[in-house]
Amino acid sequence: MIGKILKKFDEKFLKSEPRTGELYAVAALFDTPDQIINAAEKVSGSGYKKFDVLTPYPVHGMDGAMNLKPTGIGWVGLIAGMSGTFLAFLMIWWMVEINYPNIFGGKPYFNLTASIPIMFELTVLLSALTLVGSLITLFLKLPANANPLMDTDFIKRVTSDKFGIYIEAKDAKFKFEEVNALFAELGSSKVSNIHEAVYDIGDTNNPLLNIKFIGVLLGTTASVVVITYFVLNVLLFLPPFDWMQRQPKVLPQTQSEFFKDGYSMRKPVEGTVARGFMPYEFNGMPDSMVVITPNPLPVTKKVLDLGKKRYDTYCSPCHGYYGKGDSRLRGQFPVPPTLHSVKVANWKDANIYHVITNGQNTMPSYASSISRDDRWAIVHYLRVLQRSTNAPESDFETK
Amino acid sequence: MDYIKKQLPDSLAKTGGIMLAVGVIILVMAFIFTPERAFFDYLWIYLFMVSISVGSLALVALEYLVGATWSTPFRRITEILASMTPVLIILAIPLFFGMHDLFHWTHTEVVENDAILTAKSPYLNVEFFIARTAFCLLLWVMFYFLLTRNSEKQDLDGDPKYTKRNVTLSTIFAPLFVVTITIAAIDWAMSLEPHWFSTIFGVYYFAGTIVAALAATTYASVKLKEGGYLDKSLGDDSFYSLGTLMFGFNVFWAYIAFSQFILIWYADLPEETFWLIHRWEGSWKFVSLALLFFHFVFPFLILVGRNIKTNIRALKWMAPWMLAAHALDLYWLIFPTLFRGNASIGWQELSFPFIIIGLSMVVFKLSAGRKNLMAVKDPKMQMGLDFHL
Repeated sequence: MIGKILKKFDEKFLKSEPRTGELYAVAALFDTPDQIINAAEKVSGSGYKKFDVLTPYPVHGMDGAMNLKPTGIGWVGLIAGMSGTFLAFLMIWWMVEINYPNIFGGKPYFNLTASIPIMFELTVLLSALTLVGSLITLFLKLPANANPLMDTDFIKRVTSDKFGIYIEAKDAKFKFEEVNALFAELGSSKVSNIHEAVYDIGDTNNPLLNIKFIGVLLGTTASVVVITYFVLNVLLFLPPFDWMQRQPKVLPQTQSEFFKDGYSMRKPVEGTVARGFMPYEFNGMPDSMVVITPNPLPVTKKVLDLGKKRYDTYCSPCHGYYGKGDSRLRGQFPVPPTLHSVKVANWKDANIYHVITNGQNTMPSYASSISRDDRWAIVHYLRVLQRSTNAPESDFETK
Repeated sequence: MDYIKKQLPDSLAKTGGIMLAVGVIILVMAFIFTPERAFFDYLWIYLFMVSISVGSLALVALEYLVGATWSTPFRRITEILASMTPVLIILAIPLFFGMHDLFHWTHTEVVENDAILTAKSPYLNVEFFIARTAFCLLLWVMFYFLLTRNSEKQDLDGDPKYTKRNVTLSTIFAPLFVVTITIAAIDWAMSLEPHWFSTIFGVYYFAGTIVAALAATTYASVKLKEGGYLDKSLGDDSFYSLGTLMFGFNVFWAYIAFSQFILIWYADLPEETFWLIHRWEGSWKFVSLALLFFHFVFPFLILVGRNIKTNIRALKWMAPWMLAAHALDLYWLIFPTLFRGNASIGWQELSFPFIIIGLSMVVFKLSAGRKNLMAVKDPKMQMGLDFHL
């Protein structure tokens, strides 16, 4: 059924033969591999250069019979393959070192072992594609998009059950009668003349403006769109996966039958303290009861940078960037006194820490928003601010 | 074909016998002075012999299975190389006496105190080990005799029914070979480190055996061809196919070796990595690198071109190279169990080349003595001789 339709289509539109172009080649069909080997030997022996043999499967010994020089296609494959290896190497290196460095399984960002499979794959891919590409290029003689042999009875037979040889008319020694006689002498079962294909596009000046053509184009587009829509959204429709939403797991603040007490959340073991949540022992006590402890953090650039960052975020809205009480929220909140006063300057670090943690007057406690280490870092930074407004003479000496 | 049966020179057996005697003397000395090390040397020799003989048997079966014609002129040489298989039974006996020195899992007091070894003991115990070894050896020897008997009978009348019988035999042999070579690899090489495991290990050893068997066939064929023992019309194109197959299986070996390595490296589990770490400590690192370059990188670059493979004088160099590479491969598999930290080569290891070369020459001469060196009446022989690329 489909074969018949294709044949009708072929007859109507392709009009493969007879062709009207110039003679391209004389082609002969043979029935057995031995005959074609013999024919190839005779043709190459008679001095023809532009000829080729087409067989349905590889016939061993053909290279020698056709007197072919060793091919250089191996070098094409080698170069393409090596480029694949190198490109894969570069690609992986760029991805894991520059574009998206990430640690997988404790391995270095770039490591050769993990890249080898990809280098191998790309080697094979690039050499295979290049070889197929060069095959097509050589056979079609690009930029032509078809070889004159295509759509002839000759090529139809050599791709199924016959062995074919053809001599191009361009060959220096080509004489029509001689070639025909040679093929007849070799015992060819069928000799045919292959002409260049000349495609007649009829009387339509511009085939792109043909109503029929445009109609077929639009009709095809519309039907493809409709069919695709129905196939993907109706025929092959799959409901969205929701099994990640519906998990048999315990949710916070809900009842659970799994535990005896009915709570889904577990209480921590008595006396445990979560990381970074060390309770402050002088919470709510007045200043005078605080035991003076030194600042546990060292004075380093890293700590001061952290202190500045936290101070600018949490303290500066009221105390100002320089601690002078130059609040950015002036008018909305009461303005705190300056931090450069003698009182604050003489305070011990632990007192300042106590005020940040516990709050004072209208200042609330920052214990929940600033972590313990960050508070101590802020204290260090505050000391830097104080020193900057009240620097001793020795600070200005250059060392 | 113009094959004329010629006797191999007696000097082959003589030289081989002398080398074998020297090798045996070295090995006996090693047994006296360093018995443990001598057993490891013996295992090394034994596994190499298994590689060549059983690998050759597999190649013979492979030819029948796939109906190859180009290899028919070489098949008898491969069969003669496979004639080491019956010898393997005798050679296995000393190995059983050395099990206590070779295999950690034979020490009962160790196994009792080791949960992993206790769990593996249903497989790794002395009785079952000997039973498996016997099963593998008997199976190989049986198929060796069955396959070669048919092939040699065919020399007399050229009846194609023998080919058909061998095709059937090869079909039965192929899956059995896969199982037995895996058992052999696991038992004799992998169980040296009984805590370690790799499911690809059987394939790894198999790839090596086929490379070794092909190299041995190639070397023997080139030597015989040069000496005029083979048919004159046997052309370079047939040798090209041997070279191609050697190249191909060498790449296969590298592929398998890398597959084993990358999985262990990626997963980074201590129960697997220690095996590779032992092969990367001290001077073992250089042995591992040598294996990479001499078994894969250099042979790959040399054999990838077509000119080398059609040049039989080049193949005559590449074949011993690959045999040496396989010996290195087995050294790398076996000896890190004995030499922790650093690789070592002493006078004891000299027994390996002497015994391997000597024994191969003697067995080749004795086995080839009464046979044709080509399967003269094989129905595929003419096609094999006419083979062109």
